[in-house]
Amino acid sequence: MTNPNIPLATTGSVSLITPPPSTDAKATAAAAAPKMSAKGLDFYYDKFHALKNVSLDIAEKKVTALIGPSGCGKSTLLRIFNRIYSIYPKLEAKGQVLLDGENILDPKYPLNRLRSKVGMVFQKPVPFPMSIYDNVAYAIRHYEKLSKADMDARVEEALRQGALWDEVKSKLNGSALGLSGGQQQRLCIARAVALKPEVILLDEPTSALDPIATGKIEQLVEELKERYTIAIVTHNMQQASRVSDYTAFMYLGELIEFGDTTTIFENPTKKMTEDYITGRYG
Amino acid sequence: MAASAESIAIPQSDEQRARRDGFADRLFRRIVAGAGIFVLVTLAGVALTTLWGGREAFATFGFKFLASSEWDTVGKQFGALAPVYGTLVTAAIALIIAVPVSFGIALYLTEIAPPWLRTPVASAIELLAGIPSIIYGMWGLFVFVPIMGRYIIPWLNDHVGEWPVIGGLFKGPPLGLGMLTAGIVLAIMIIPFISSVMREVFLTVPTRLKESAYALGSTTWEVAWDIVLPYTRTAVIGGIFLGLGRALGETMAVTFVLGNVHRLSLSLLEPGNSIAATIANEFAEADSEIFRSSLIALAFLLFVVTFIVLAIAKLMLRQMEKKEGK
Repeated sequence: MTNPNIPLATTGSVSLITPPPSTDAKATAAAAAPKMSAKGLDFYYDKFHALKNVSLDIAEKKVTALIGPSGCGKSTLLRIFNRIYSIYPKLEAKGQVLLDGENILDPKYPLNRLRSKVGMVFQKPVPFPMSIYDNVAYAIRHYEKLSKADMDARVEEALRQGALWDEVKSKLNGSALGLSGGQQQRLCIARAVALKPEVILLDEPTSALDPIATGKIEQLVEELKERYTIAIVTHNMQQASRVSDYTAFMYLGELIEFGDTTTIFENPTKKMTEDYITGRYG
Repeated sequence: MAASAESIAIPQSDEQRARRDGFADRLFRRIVAGAGIFVLVTLAGVALTTLWGGREAFATFGFKFLASSEWDTVGKQFGALAPVYGTLVTAAIALIIAVPVSFGIALYLTEIAPPWLRTPVASAIELLAGIPSIIYGMWGLFVFVPIMGRYIIPWLNDHVGEWPVIGGLFKGPPLGLGMLTAGIVLAIMIIPFISSVMREVFLTVPTRLKESAYALGSTTWEVAWDIVLPYTRTAVIGGIFLGLGRALGETMAVTFVLGNVHRLSLSLLEPGNSIAATIANEFAEADSEIFRSSLIALAFLLFVVTFIVLAIAKLMLRQMEKKEGK
């Protein structure tokens, strides 16, 4: 059951904590090497216990969807993966989150290395108040000093990967705030991709978009998973079933069921999962 | 029958109601428009009154009133250069000190300070803004001027005074009074204004905007400088100019610590004069017609100076926006 390729085997005590929520699903998920994995993760908003002993693997170059009703902790979990929560006081994560076997919750893990490896796209499109070009270049400038020509190439590459290049190539110096919502969101994806991350976290990336723009983003996710490991939080069941390879269902801070998407959607082992997916509550 | 009577009555009352509402609405619009026009009338009134009051000075001295720094109350020769210069220099010093400090205060209170500290400090700032300028003036004269004279000015003379180019600005007698002192007191006075405006507009920056910058690996400083400041730029500049307007026109505090000498000097440590301070100091002693007229002409100049400064600010803002391709 335990894959020998997984470096977590070295931390013996940890594997004991890992509870198999659903043995079958776990086995399938672990078949691909996990890029990131949460181990016995607890999270507190001051005194509120938001995540309870969550253990979950994010497989490399696959799409893992996190679903569950509002307040179940799926966004919280995502926000731990790049430690974005740490900009606020009184929030605390306990347990481990491994990225290539290293614990990113360790205060010694350099934050800017983490942020360059794990990119994030938020619920609403958030272009910076600058030009389209600078939105992408801004991210790159944090990590690399490039010549004008190299920067131009990188910006173009990122915008192409964000499936936006053809629409904006003639107005790169125009304000990013002039783009449509869907374009802005693709710009945000391009901005995240520009850093050449390894993991991309998408926090309900299409909840503010119309169906056409949503379709484009989903198609983009499909393309991006060839290069990147993706974790997506979504409220949209169809979206989860369309874009993801693995699905985790969470409820009230606990991971209820985790497995490959087909199994979760067609043959869930837990009654609660089935009820949620079929829309009987949520 | 009763029903049909009612159905006739209703359109009538509707019509009446519509007429009454239309009248009320027109009245309301006129009143609000009047309030708006009041601003323009006041502005024009001040400009015209001071111009009229200063006509004798302008007629007598002509362009020399602007170009000369002579202020001879006995020989009845008046020139506005020294007070205009003093006004601009003290306001500039005040801004140079107040803007970065206010930025720091606002940033600390919105991004860094623990939540329990934010509201008390913000209220404290508003209290500071309410302190009357005479108190700042007295504090300046009795507390700050001796400190300047005894410690700061000698130190500036010994150290910065020897530097090339800007050294000349910091060489002067240890009087304590002077343009630098006035500028610092002014800075302390306008910091509450600028920082509370900045704090309020920094709070309007969407969390998700800051989070996405942090998510790209930005530091707090980079988020502040690259995201928060550009996002709030127009309002921040507005706040700065609110402070500048106050610094240009401030009277009491400056009168206490500026020295009130009609002399142009390069050194910031020399006493000088400002428009508002000159008027406040000398109006009671203005014994001749031309003296009084010159003081009123100064008031007109203050008006013009403020207008020019604000206009430049607006132009700069527009230029910046154009550069961004908005």
